[in-house]
Amino acid sequence: MTVSLFIPCFVDLMYPQVGISMVRIFERLGHKVAVPKTPACCGQPAFNTGYWDESRAIGVPMLEALKDADAVVIASGSCGAMMSVFYPQLFAGTPHEAAAKAVAAKCFEFSSFLVNKLGVTDLGAKFPHKVTFHDGCHGLRELNNKRPPRELLAKVKGLELVEMGAAETCCGFGGTFSAKFPAISTAMGEVKCASALETKADYIVSCDSSCLMQIQGLADKQKKGIKTIHLAEVLAQS
Amino acid sequence: MSAPATHFNEDARRVAPDTRHRGIIQTAMGKYEVVRDQRKLLFQDWQGARNLAARTKFEAVNHLDTHLAEFARNIEARGTKVHWASNAEQARNIILGILRDKQAKVIVKSKAMTSEEIHLNDAMEHAGYEVVESDLGEYIVQLRKEPPYHLVFPAMHLTRGEIKDLFQKKLNDAPSDDPEALTMVARRALRKKYLQADVGITGANFAIAETGIISITENEGNARLTAALPKTMITLVGIEKILPRLEDLALFLPMLAVMGTGQALTCYNTMYGGPRQPGEADGPEEYHVVLLDNQRTTLLADAEQRDALGCIRCGACLNVCPIFRNVGGHTYGTVYGGPIGSVITPHLRGLQQWKHLSYASSLCGACTETCPVKIDLHHHLLQNRRNASAPTTGKPSFLQKLAFKIFAPVANKPALWSLTTKLSRIGMKLRGLVNGSAIDPAQAWTKTRDLPPIAKQSFREWWKEQGK
Amino acid sequence: MSERENIFNRIREALTVEAHSHNGTGLPTTAEHRGVMPPVGASEDERFALFAKNASDLKATFKLVKDAGELTAELRALRDTEKWQRVATHKSPLAQTHAIGLGLPTLVTDDGYDKHDMEQCDVGISVCDALIAQTGTVLVTSRNSGGRALSCLPPHHVVIARREQLVADLPAAFAMVKKIYSANYPSMISFITGPSRTGDIERILVLGAHGPKKLTIFCL
Repeated sequence: MTVSLFIPCFVDLMYPQVGISMVRIFERLGHKVAVPKTPACCGQPAFNTGYWDESRAIGVPMLEALKDADAVVIASGSCGAMMSVFYPQLFAGTPHEAAAKAVAAKCFEFSSFLVNKLGVTDLGAKFPHKVTFHDGCHGLRELNNKRPPRELLAKVKGLELVEMGAAETCCGFGGTFSAKFPAISTAMGEVKCASALETKADYIVSCDSSCLMQIQGLADKQKKGIKTIHLAEVLAQS
Repeated sequence: MSAPATHFNEDARRVAPDTRHRGIIQTAMGKYEVVRDQRKLLFQDWQGARNLAARTKFEAVNHLDTHLAEFARNIEARGTKVHWASNAEQARNIILGILRDKQAKVIVKSKAMTSEEIHLNDAMEHAGYEVVESDLGEYIVQLRKEPPYHLVFPAMHLTRGEIKDLFQKKLNDAPSDDPEALTMVARRALRKKYLQADVGITGANFAIAETGIISITENEGNARLTAALPKTMITLVGIEKILPRLEDLALFLPMLAVMGTGQALTCYNTMYGGPRQPGEADGPEEYHVVLLDNQRTTLLADAEQRDALGCIRCGACLNVCPIFRNVGGHTYGTVYGGPIGSVITPHLRGLQQWKHLSYASSLCGACTETCPVKIDLHHHLLQNRRNASAPTTGKPSFLQKLAFKIFAPVANKPALWSLTTKLSRIGMKLRGLVNGSAIDPAQAWTKTRDLPPIAKQSFREWWKEQGK
Repeated sequence: MSERENIFNRIREALTVEAHSHNGTGLPTTAEHRGVMPPVGASEDERFALFAKNASDLKATFKLVKDAGELTAELRALRDTEKWQRVATHKSPLAQTHAIGLGLPTLVTDDGYDKHDMEQCDVGISVCDALIAQTGTVLVTSRNSGGRALSCLPPHHVVIARREQLVADLPAAFAMVKKIYSANYPSMISFITGPSRTGDIERILVLGAHGPKKLTIFCL
C-alpha cells in the first residue's frame, strides 16, 4: 500500500522530525510513502474561526490533491479530525460534498492508522523512560482515539506509562484560542502541567504537536523541567 | 468589541491566573467527579440511557406545540391558572399583577434560573416586596447581592469562612464556620419566612404534558415548603421544559441527579398538578403557572441547534469545562454559564453581543461528551462562530477575512509556502530580539509561553532533498 | 391576538424546518428504560435488601417490624429518646392510631390546622403510597399522606409502610401512580429519598437543610 502523508503546516515548520519519523516507520513496515502536493494547511484555522468560505478555498485543492490516494495519514489528531470529521460538514450542500466524504473516509490519524488499519502495535521501538500520555481533544473525542496510542506505547521496550489524572483534560491550546484568550489558555496549560508533573514522568507523549507546543512552551517558560515528545518520535527510536 | 465581550475579557484575565479560585473549584469538582462516576457505573448502560434521554427530548421539542397545549389543558382542568409570557417583561408583569392582587408582602422563592433570566427579584424588590431566596446557596448569594455562580451550586466559589463572615454581618448569627452550624443558621432564619410568606414562587425542572404536572427537583426541602405553606403558589417555567409522559421522569429524574450532584436520586422530586384539591389537608388556594418563551422560539427555529432546548440544566457541562473551571461562573456575565450558556445566550440575547463566548473555547468537546441529553454543544459553538462571521447571518471582521484570504494561496501554492518558510526563519530571528516583550508581535503567546523555533530544515524541504 | 396564540404561532413557524435526530426517534418504552437503569434484583428479598442498603446510604433509618405491637414499642422508644412533645399526623388508620398511642398532644392535618402549630411539632407521622427499592425512596401524596407540609415541616418524618407497598423501581412507581390517580391526580406527589440535605457550603453534606433532619421508615 502507498501511504500518503499529510504533514500539517506547523509540523512542517517546527516539528519536521515528527514527519520524518513517520516516513521511517512506514518504510520500515514495507510501505511506499508518498507526500502528495497538497496545501500546507488543512484549513482548520479559518474553519474554527467561522470563515468557512476561506476554509473551503484551502479544502478544495486538498480534496483534489488527495482524490487518488489509497490512504492518507495525518500527522495530527486535530488536523485529522478536520479532514475526516469536519470536511463533510464544511462541504455539505456544495458540489464538493461527495469528494469530501470520499476523502474523509480514507483519512487517518497516525496512531489509529497503525493499529486499526494496519493492525500493527509492535514496531520494535525502544525508549527507556517513564512517560505519561496526553490525549489531544480532537483525537480523543472527534476520532475516538483513546486506545491506539496506548497499545503502541505498551509495546515499546523499556517504556513505562503512568497515566496522569488530567489525561483527557484540554491543554489549553485550541488553535487561535491560545492567542485570543491567553490568560485562560495559560491557566489550562498550568493545570495540565501540574497533573503531568504529579506522575513524575520524564516525558509527556502525545499524537498532537500543537498540544505539545503549548505544554512545552509553558513548561520551559516556567522552568518545570518536563519534556514533551510526539508518539511517532518515540516509535521511531530503536 | 461588544461591552459583554470587554467585561468577559477583563474578568477572565483577572480570574484565570487566580490560583486560590482555581483551587476552590478544583476541590469542589473533584468531589463531584468521584460520586458522579460511581453513580454512572451503577447504570446498566449509561450511554444507552443518554440515547433514550436524547430521543425523548427530541420528540418533546420537535412536537412542542402539541405537548404544550396538552400540558396547559390538563393542568388547567385542576384549577390552575396558566399564563403566557412572550418575553421577560410580560412575565414580570404577570407575576407582579398576582402579587398586587393578593396584597402580598413577603415572597419566598425556591431556586429558579428562569427567574434570574427575567430579573424577577429586582422587579419585586423595586415594587416594595420582601423577597427571600430559600435554597441555601441562593440565600447566600442573595445576601451577598451576587448572581448565582453555577446552575446547581450557586455558592460554590465561597469558603465556609467567607460564609461565616457574611452571616455574622447580615444576620448577626454565626456561631462557627462549621458547615452544619451555618446551615442551621439559615434554617432558623428561613423557617420564619416560610411561615410569614404570602406567596411562594418556584421554578420547574419538567412539565409533563399528558398529566399536566410540574416536576421540581431539590435536596433541601425548601421548594416543598415554598409550595406547601403560602396561600398562593406561582411556578415560572420555560416552554421547553416539556416532557411528553409521566413515565419519562423514571429516566430523567435519576439522570438529572447523577449528573447534577452525583446522587442516585435527589432528595425531593415533587410533582405539582394544581392548588389544594378537595379533600386535601393543606396547600395553596391558588396556583399560577407562567409559561415563558423569551426567545426560546428563536432557538427552536434554528433546526441545527434545536437540541439545545433539551437542556435539563444539570450543570454537568460546566463541571467538566476547563474554561468554566478557570474563569469561574461570574465571568460569563450571563444567567446560564458554561458551555450551554455560551451556546444559547447568542440565541436568547443576540449573536453579535455574545459571540465572544463561542470563541472563548478550545472546542475540546468535554461538554458534549458528558451531556446527559447529548446536546452537540461544542459543535454548536463552531456553528455560532460560522454564523457570526458569515456575510449572510453575521458581520465578518474585515481584517480576519483578509488574513484568511491571504493565507489560502500561501498554503495552497508550494512555491509560496517555501518562500514563507524562509521568510519565517528571518522573522523568527528578528522577533527573538523582542521575545516576550510588549512589542513582540507574538506577545499573546510568548508572555507566558516559549515559542519553538522554525526548524533549520522543514519537513517539505527534507522530503524534496530525499528525491522520492 | 393573545400571547398564547403568539407563542403557538412562533412555535409552529419554527417547527416548519425539520431537525434531524442523531439518536433515533420515538418515545422509549418502559422496557427500554429498564434495560439501561440500575438493576434491582429479581426476588422480593433482594429488593428489600436493596431498599435497606439505599436507605442506610442515605442516612435514613429503615426497620422491618413484625406487628403493630412492635411498631408501638419502636415509636415509644423514639418518643423517649428524642423527647417528643407534640406530634403531627393525619387521618389514616395506621398513622393516626399509632400517633395517638404516644399519648402526646396530636395535630391531625385533615381537620385543618395552623401552620405555626405544625412548626412546633417534633415529628410528623404518615403513611405512604409506596417504597421504591431501586432508590430507597418513599412515595407520598397530598391525598394519602396528610397534605403537603406533614412530611416536610417537622424535623423528623416517620413513615409507616406495609410490606406489600414495596415496588421494584421508578418505572413501576410511575406506572402505579398513573394506574391509581390518572382519573384524578392529587395536587402533590413527592418522591422522598432520604432526609433533607444540602452540600451548598464547600460541597460538604449537611442533613436537615430545610426539611426533616431525620427520616425513619417502619415497614410492617
